[in-house]
Amino acid sequence: MDDARKEWALNAVLALALFAMPLWAWVANEPFIITLATRVAILAIAAVGLNIALGLGGMVSFGHALYLGIGGYVAGIAAHHAFNGTPVLGLSGTNQMLPIWALAMLVSGAVAGVVGALSLRTSGIFFIMITLAFAQMGFFFALSWPAYGGEDGLPIFMRNQFPGLNTNRPWDLFVIAYGALMLALLVFALLRAARFGAALMAIRQNPDRAAAIGISPFGIKLTAFVLSGMLTGLAGAMMADLTRFVSPAMMAWTMSGELIVIIILGGVGRLFGPVAGAAILVGFEVFFGGLTEHWKLWLGLVLLAVVLFARGGLIGLIAGRARHG
Amino acid sequence: MTLALMLEQLLNGVQFGLMLFLMSAGLTLVFGVMGLINLAHGSLYMIGAFLCAAVAGATGNFWLGLGAGIAAAAAAGALIELVVIRRLYDRDHLDQVLATFALILILSEGVRMVFGPFPLYLNVPDALRGTVSLGVVDYALYRLALIGFGLAVAIGLWALIAKTRLGIRIRAGESDREMIAALGVNIRVLYTVVFALGAALAGLAGALVGAIQSVQVGMGEPVLILAFVVIVIGGIGSIKGAMVGALLVGVIDTMGRFLLPRVFALFMDTSQAMGVGAALASMLIYLLMALILIFRPKGLFPAHG
Repeated sequence: MDDARKEWALNAVLALALFAMPLWAWVANEPFIITLATRVAILAIAAVGLNIALGLGGMVSFGHALYLGIGGYVAGIAAHHAFNGTPVLGLSGTNQMLPIWALAMLVSGAVAGVVGALSLRTSGIFFIMITLAFAQMGFFFALSWPAYGGEDGLPIFMRNQFPGLNTNRPWDLFVIAYGALMLALLVFALLRAARFGAALMAIRQNPDRAAAIGISPFGIKLTAFVLSGMLTGLAGAMMADLTRFVSPAMMAWTMSGELIVIIILGGVGRLFGPVAGAAILVGFEVFFGGLTEHWKLWLGLVLLAVVLFARGGLIGLIAGRARHG
Repeated sequence: MTLALMLEQLLNGVQFGLMLFLMSAGLTLVFGVMGLINLAHGSLYMIGAFLCAAVAGATGNFWLGLGAGIAAAAAAGALIELVVIRRLYDRDHLDQVLATFALILILSEGVRMVFGPFPLYLNVPDALRGTVSLGVVDYALYRLALIGFGLAVAIGLWALIAKTRLGIRIRAGESDREMIAALGVNIRVLYTVVFALGAALAGLAGALVGAIQSVQVGMGEPVLILAFVVIVIGGIGSIKGAMVGALLVGVIDTMGRFLLPRVFALFMDTSQAMGVGAALASMLIYLLMALILIFRPKGLFPAHG
């Protein structure tokens, strides 16, 4: 098989496995496994978002936890006001997932627009550091703003609702997350195949040449950055509903690091890289976390080995190097 | 708000800034000479603090502990450079961020395995206990000593870089790596020495600060992020920039936390003003960094033109 076919076969295996495992757990009545698979799916959505900026656009954002946290707080605050029956900014709260998702994407997209417009004036290490700085601003704001729990975080007492499904059942929640992940992957694939994706990748590979053939880098990169933030924000709203808890920790810099780690473990710029990476990370945590309390040491060693010796991640290992790596 | 309180906070800000300078100096040298982003610099700070606390606890002598902390951080730095870091010089920033992120995980868990999950405590040395009178305010002697230490190390570092043969090589390495290698300087040894020097400074900062806060796993990362803010503000690769940036960050952060809640209390009720002031104060230095990068995308003192 050539590499492209191998990658598609691997993608199909990953997509099926992520569905089959919780399906088996549903039949065998193992809700813990279903929740794990839901977490993999939601983390993968967040990483698909980052993969647009990092994988396609080469923008190393070290602050994507900001959008995860914003999405989380949108869900938390909406549910908080719906639960208390109090208005927020003249609107009533809501406990419906769909409008919450729309709002989470809107707000995180708007913030990504501002952060991107300012950060894209810099490049290289300065871009990494300024995106980190903006995420830290959000982190410390959430930590010290007392209205929504401050450092204690904000619990969601009643999980938000989705039409036609019972979100309190783990399987139903998994189906929602899995469906959203497939949609996010479709968006990524369409973007990558479109003229927009080609222009974005051209800018990553050689901004001067791209400019010479009439592609203005700034607008395209900014658009990609906003789309990236929106998808990660959506994942944040879903993550808040999964754990029924929002806290500043969602915006911590280690979370930004974890999102990058997921992409690297799976394979940068690959369609299913985030899915593979999220599965590896969560699987690693559960498996080695059960064996030893020092599992992070082993995670560190594996990550180091991947960076030093297996730069294509899991998908690169199985399906060969990316053609435009 | 009295003058004495203001002066005390200002001194705290300067002291904090000088400790940040010790961290930032190594970080900015490593980036300037080798072009490497080292997220694991905070782990070296942690190693310095842990070794200092352990040795000082066992021997009862703070100064022995301080020496052990510096030596351990320098040795750990040299080892890390030889085993991992030198494979990263030719890689892009993404690989460097990830590999050194992995090093944080490894070193933090390693320290937890060796020293256990509980924080250690490090006492201020007997000779530096108590306060001194500075006219309007009684100030903690140890913090004043930290200011002195910080200034002495800054002057020493300046002398090392401006006056010695090693310093000339470091500066040459910053401006043209290939050329000094071609002139017969063993660039690999130079890289290891620069990395170990930065690590020793981080270990020194960790050991010194360990006596005024608890010594625990994860203590390095908040300082690391602040040190990155410092070197980005100052201009990456510039020691002078690191000094200016460190003092700016130290003083603005400390004074912001002290003054902003009081300023907001002038036109808000007190509890609300405390909340808004504290929230804004904790964001202040990141706002400063974003503003500086927007107007001067390469920092205040860009090292390479």
